[in-house]
Amino acid sequence: MVDVKLRGLVKRFGKTVALRGIDLDIRDGEFIVLLGPSGCGKTTTLRIIAGLEKPDEGRVLFGDKDVTYLPPKDRNVSMVFQSYAVWPHMKVRDNIAFPLKIRGVPQEEIEKRVKWAAQLLQIDELLDRYPHQLSGGQRQRVAVARAIVIEPDVLLMDEPLSNLDALLRVKMRSELKKLQRRIGVTTIYVTHDQVEAMTMGDRIAVMNAGKIQQVGTPEEIYLKPANTFVAGFVGSPQMNFFDATVKLNEEKLLDAGEFTIPLTDDLAKLLQDYNGKTVIVGIRPEYMYPKELAPKNLVGPEIKGVIDFVEALGSDTIIHLRVGDKHLVVKLSGSHHYRIGEELTVVFGLDKIHIFDKNTGKAII
Amino acid sequence: MSNNTRKYSLVEKYLPYILIAPALSYLLFFIGYPLTQGVLLAFTDQNGHFTLQHVYYLLYSPSSNFWPALEDTLALAAVIIPIQVMLALGFSLMLSANFKGKDMALYILIIPLTISDVAGGLIWYSMLASNGFFNKLFMTLGIINQPIQFFGWQFRPMEFIAIVLAEVWRATALVFVIIFAGLQMISKEYIEAAEVFGAGTWTKLRHIIFPMLKPSVQTALLIRTLFAFQVFGVVMVLAGRDIPVLAGEAYYEQTILYHYGVAALYALIIAAISIVIGYIYIKMFKAQYLREVSM
Amino acid sequence: MPGPGESAPIRYYLFKIVFAGIVILSCTWILLPIIISILYAFSTPQDFYNPKEVIPLHFTLSNIQKLLALGAARATMNSIIVAIMTVIFSFILGLPAGYAFARFAFKGKDSLKLLIIGLRMFPMLVIAIPLVTLYIRLGLNDTLLGVALAHTTMALPFVILITSSIFVSVPVELEEAGYVFGLDRKQTFFRITLPLSLPGLTAAAIFTFIMSWNEVFMAAVLTLTNRTLPAFILTSAMAAPDIIKFAASFIMILPALIFVFIARKYLVSMWGITVK
Ligand SMILES: Nc1ncnc2c1ncn2[C@@H]1O[C@H](COP(=O)(O)OP(=O)(O)OP(=O)(O)O)[C@@H](O)[C@H]1O
Ligand SMILES: [Mg+2]
Repeated sequence: MVDVKLRGLVKRFGKTVALRGIDLDIRDGEFIVLLGPSGCGKTTTLRIIAGLEKPDEGRVLFGDKDVTYLPPKDRNVSMVFQSYAVWPHMKVRDNIAFPLKIRGVPQEEIEKRVKWAAQLLQIDELLDRYPHQLSGGQRQRVAVARAIVIEPDVLLMDEPLSNLDALLRVKMRSELKKLQRRIGVTTIYVTHDQVEAMTMGDRIAVMNAGKIQQVGTPEEIYLKPANTFVAGFVGSPQMNFFDATVKLNEEKLLDAGEFTIPLTDDLAKLLQDYNGKTVIVGIRPEYMYPKELAPKNLVGPEIKGVIDFVEALGSDTIIHLRVGDKHLVVKLSGSHHYRIGEELTVVFGLDKIHIFDKNTGKAII
Repeated sequence: MSNNTRKYSLVEKYLPYILIAPALSYLLFFIGYPLTQGVLLAFTDQNGHFTLQHVYYLLYSPSSNFWPALEDTLALAAVIIPIQVMLALGFSLMLSANFKGKDMALYILIIPLTISDVAGGLIWYSMLASNGFFNKLFMTLGIINQPIQFFGWQFRPMEFIAIVLAEVWRATALVFVIIFAGLQMISKEYIEAAEVFGAGTWTKLRHIIFPMLKPSVQTALLIRTLFAFQVFGVVMVLAGRDIPVLAGEAYYEQTILYHYGVAALYALIIAAISIVIGYIYIKMFKAQYLREVSM
Repeated sequence: MPGPGESAPIRYYLFKIVFAGIVILSCTWILLPIIISILYAFSTPQDFYNPKEVIPLHFTLSNIQKLLALGAARATMNSIIVAIMTVIFSFILGLPAGYAFARFAFKGKDSLKLLIIGLRMFPMLVIAIPLVTLYIRLGLNDTLLGVALAHTTMALPFVILITSSIFVSVPVELEEAGYVFGLDRKQTFFRITLPLSLPGLTAAAIFTFIMSWNEVFMAAVLTLTNRTLPAFILTSAMAAPDIIKFAASFIMILPALIFVFIARKYLVSMWGITVK
């Protein structure tokens, strides 16, 4: 077991810059999730930690040891590859046993552990098959089994559940998480599925365009997004964003044009430097309510709009509202009946709004 | 109108057969006819009566070179093919690394693919003749005083070596190209996965790369073995009949001695050996993961 | 353990040097004999027979001229004619078959393809001996046409397989676009598929040419006076002085070298290698 430190990792592939300075401290035994859109550099980061790729700049530290130029075999890591990389010339059994064999584990122990891993991943029926006789999801489970049979210092998983059906995925999430708790291995888990990130990660590192945008617990990421990217990427449907001008001279408020948002003294103080300037206001759809459904003690502005479109999802109802030339999304739990074209007044709590600097995108509050 | 469409679809239906038929008929005629004719030549006399005289001649006549030819053909194959496979594997692994000038090296290594066995023999003659490159070089460097003789009946073992050198030089390219193609098809991630799980260079080669290369190596082996039984030009150029080989004897019986029956028998034997080898190959090697690898 | 900053680069550079050495050695192994034989082909007899002149310094065309005068000029001509006929015959017969394998699904396709692959490996030289009897009857013995017909048998399986894989690499959608815009199958083939496959087909044609150009056994068995170049070398030039032989080998490898140079990209892809 070991803690992992990434220091200023930069990686270029010809002209494309895959990583632009990644700094990340991963604690011993922690389950950290790398979350980000496709092409943001998650796999590249993982490959550098595994030793499959050398960074152009920066260091990788396992504990106090600089492993930046150490070959993979000397790092004692384990990995689930995004494309599985299950060896086609070996039966499932031999695939899973391979890392154990290399480590010189005695035959009996190998059999025991292969069986254990196979049962955990529900592939014990498939042990004597060749990979080409498996489905994509089954192959993926073999890749996961192969990665967890050994006890590595660092476990790297690149979207290990992406190809499983919803039911198995949910089950595997908790199984993997339990397993990780039990053996306490430092785990770096890549996904672009935010639900997976929120439910599994001790902490989440949100990445975009080769940079880490924010590192924090799932709550921190959700409640206190550091910038507009994180705010927009985490949460579904996406957070509502609109521009507003800060006015602190007479009545203290945010002027969004179609409506205004009154500011408390605390908020006004935080926005002192922005007086007269435009900021970006964000509010999550799940914190907006039709007036009649709002919690009793809610303090906040009322906004009148016209319903553009309603998505009835059964468990949720998502209302698309047009307010002047702004477009707001409201998410209600449960099913509700609203008609397109109907007028609707919505409210939201002042304590739930996010305000971002228009130029940098950074969160002000 | 409907009549028209039917005609069209009928043509469509048989079109592939129509397209293939000429080529197939040509091949069947030009292989089938000679083979039948060959059997006739080998087992009948001038009057068209069945005879085993050609077989007796081939097997037992003191002027027949069949057994030495078979022996030398096999000996050449046994020496040349392993060297070629090893070299080709080495070249393939070398070219799977990334380095400057890699494409250039690849092109150079496949040049012999287009060089004939006759030319290959002559090229090595220029290296090994008593006035050839090596003898002149080593004499100038003072390593030897007398030229090393490679050619002539009394130097048969050296002739054998010369043939091996020329064939290794010329025909390794074919083995290399097949194995290298196989190596390219192995996804890099399979090898990386082994690295991540702690495999060193040797483990990677032994447990991942070699097993996955097996189909290519088998194919290369098959093709090379088949070619080995057709070895002709290079031997004729470098050793004449000093080192008899099957095809060379067939040529000799046919064009010098006019033993058409015996020559046909040689032809049938070469064909039979090839068919048997091909059959054994198909029976023996059926890599179960072939499908995935070839995907 | 020494820090990576110290020891890793040394080992790394050592490895690089050894590796570069191996690459250079491999390339020399292939190139040196070719270069030497070409130099000798053009060297003066004085230089060649002088044991001190490892690399000849004086060059002449007289070896080539003597060889040509010995009959190689005609043999070369014959070889070219046979090779061109072989290319024409094997493409006329093989191209449609290759297209059928590439673009149609039909009953028995797999077995037929397997048959062609098998025939590709069949030792074609064996057909030459019995063919003589037939050729005598047909008046084809000792004719260039006779040799070309035999060479076509040898080249045809190759042409079918290679053209099929070339056609496969032309996206079907492009052909379908042709159909959509009103072309029939024939027009589509000639206006879309063929032009797109032309570079690959050219390379395949050159390779077929080389196959025929290089073939010696059948040519030597089927001809007596109308020798092709390799057959001529085998039967006549072997008695000539050494430098004349080198001149012969030079003429033999010349088209091969030119081919590798102009079609190297296709030569490589023809064997399934993808250069990245
Ligand atoms: N070997 C390579 N050569 C060139 N560019 C590469 C290479 N590997 C990655 N890239 C580029 O680097 C960037 C980051 O790629 P990476 O694979 O790390 O993304 P990712 O976050 O894993 O994406 P995904 O979620 O789609 O897997 C991409 O723009 C990609 O195109
Ligand atoms: Mg990825």
